[in-house]
Amino acid sequence: MRIELEKRPQASVFYAVLSPFIALVLTVIAGGIMFWLLGKDPVSALYSFFVEPLLDVWSLHEIAIKAAPLILIGVGLSICYRSNNWNIGAEGQFIMGAIAGSIVPVVFHEWHSPLVLPLMLIFGMIGGALYAAIPAFLKANLNTNEILSSLMLVYVAQFFLDWIVRGPWRSPEGYNFPVTRNFAPEAILPEILDSGRTNLGFVFAIVAAVLIWFMMRYTLKGFEITVLGQSERAGRFAGFSSRRMIWFSMLLSGALAGLAGISEVSGNINKLQPIISPGYGFTAIIVAFLGRLNPLGIIAAGLFLALTYVGGEAVQLTLTVSDKVTRVFQGLLLFFVLSCDTLILYKIRLVFPGRTAAVAQDGLQGGAE
Amino acid sequence: MKKLLLALATSAAVLGFAASASAQDKTKICFIYVGSKTDGGWTQAHDIGRQALQAEFGDKIETPFLESVPEGPDAERAIERMARSGCALVFTTSFGFMDATIKVAEKFPDVKFEHATGFKSAPNVATYNSRFYEGRYIQGQIAAKMSQKGVAGYIASFPIPEVVMGINAFVHGAQSVNPDFKVKVIWANTWFDPGKEADAAKALIDQGVDILTQHTDTTAPMQVAAERGIKAFGQASDMIKAGPETQLTAIVDTWGAYYIKRTKELLDGTWKSEQVWDGLKDGILTMAPYTNMPDDVKKMAEDTEAKIRSGELHPFTGPIKKQDGSEWLKDGEKPEDGVLLGMNFYIAGVDDKLPQ
Repeated sequence: MRIELEKRPQASVFYAVLSPFIALVLTVIAGGIMFWLLGKDPVSALYSFFVEPLLDVWSLHEIAIKAAPLILIGVGLSICYRSNNWNIGAEGQFIMGAIAGSIVPVVFHEWHSPLVLPLMLIFGMIGGALYAAIPAFLKANLNTNEILSSLMLVYVAQFFLDWIVRGPWRSPEGYNFPVTRNFAPEAILPEILDSGRTNLGFVFAIVAAVLIWFMMRYTLKGFEITVLGQSERAGRFAGFSSRRMIWFSMLLSGALAGLAGISEVSGNINKLQPIISPGYGFTAIIVAFLGRLNPLGIIAAGLFLALTYVGGEAVQLTLTVSDKVTRVFQGLLLFFVLSCDTLILYKIRLVFPGRTAAVAQDGLQGGAE
Repeated sequence: MKKLLLALATSAAVLGFAASASAQDKTKICFIYVGSKTDGGWTQAHDIGRQALQAEFGDKIETPFLESVPEGPDAERAIERMARSGCALVFTTSFGFMDATIKVAEKFPDVKFEHATGFKSAPNVATYNSRFYEGRYIQGQIAAKMSQKGVAGYIASFPIPEVVMGINAFVHGAQSVNPDFKVKVIWANTWFDPGKEADAAKALIDQGVDILTQHTDTTAPMQVAAERGIKAFGQASDMIKAGPETQLTAIVDTWGAYYIKRTKELLDGTWKSEQVWDGLKDGILTMAPYTNMPDDVKKMAEDTEAKIRSGELHPFTGPIKKQDGSEWLKDGEKPEDGVLLGMNFYIAGVDDKLPQ
């Protein structure tokens, strides 16, 4: 017996909308089973994982902080993925944005002005965009696979950051440890509410998501992105250039990742150090797909993923389970989202031996022709 | 569809049940780890310290911990979570937690914090560290006695003062026995990576060293040394099992002594913010048994250890020259602790260029 996937003639719209929720439920159930196998009470584990963090103002703030970079990067990636440009290197663009934005508070640390913060943010976006320009250039001109080039540039960015904080930017006041000097108060993103430490970065994330949602929905550019993503040939007939789209989508997502990077460094870390991201650039890929590449969906997905981080910590503390639980949950979630999506487009068909032989025979003949 | 609704309903029910109440009469002493508690090195040494603390006080305390907390914005949340959950004393056990510890401590003036290996403190933030360099000086002396070729290999992690200080102490100890002794250094740029550490060990042995020491956390270098038939020193934990015929001694981090002392002070109400840098004499650092060496070398090592314990010998006592030939310490001069904690230069005899 063999299992085959057969394309459905018509994908169900109803299930397409529902699929992320089904995936969520399956994740929760699988997670509960996992806790049970670990010998923990699944009810209280799931409670402290998914519910407890929502009951406390403090942890709501923490979720918002964690979600901000995921949403910012995720909406940028959604443009890439919708237009069929597979930017996997947002982590690198995040880091380069953080470095470029930090030029102002680190190199010109004696310059105090209200312009510092806006300049940092602009530099951050430019830094991220320029870094994304490398795979964009390679793809547009040399037809290089952007998945590989953007991914490999992540490691380059990580080592560049490592070098710059150990070398030229190392703080003279830091006992020679690999950190830059602390940012001056005017270089730090202000907090937006008195009740916790959520900063402007979260506002940027929401604004970016809404603007991009508007663009996708109501502008010609949005239509162009969708058409080129679904059929490059059809797009060409409509007068759209897929080369220009490579540049547009990569630069936009690079700029948003860069903005996320500098917001994170400015608002939360207040200096550069060898590691500034727990993998936001990669987690944002899950966020983009969980949000069905829809900017508003991505807001929800970003908040949910942030909840898994905060909840994972809570459950680690209350039940003394391993910190790997968070990763397992994120992995389960991505797995179920992708499999639900697959089952919307395809149906499973069981092929029995008798028929298999015939199919194989067909295949052979096909090959011989 | 029916099944789906059932699934939804079930999980909603699962989420709905709230059951979390625990007795709060025990004092909570909490720990934040940068790595996994079974990493075999740095974090494991802290966790063994935590277990010793728990065993000492038994039912009177609880010792919850968070492991693999990244150094960055997540650290601040993790520490704040500890403070909010009713911890009386929080140990943050990695250098990178420094700023986050200070920030959270400002918000929770009633909670006490202790930060390992940092240099920033506050009325409710103490710092603690161990004078690992004392052990490395003894290792250097043993290396100089045991080496035929007069060259040791040093697998280093990151070029931070702590590590540079260790290399210098090792070299200085070795040169107190053999003034021409040399040390070759390989920077692994990791604390914990068996593959890289083993490669570094092989490369050093191929370059002709016949003694190996490490400032990284796995037993891989010890195993390579055992395979290639040379001697080596263990790090952070006693690694004798990885090289029964190979390990000469090891620097063993015994944080438990410190954790017990500070918890006692907390319970007595005598806890104060201090900047503690303890060494061999305080029991925060111990040497694994001196093995696989002749009796005279063992005796020398024990004598040196005793002298350091009694304060008669400071491992960094002048005259010491920097690598570039300029004078660092005059005859009989001893360095300030601040200078050691910010050390970013090699002393003469290190066959390496310090990464800048």
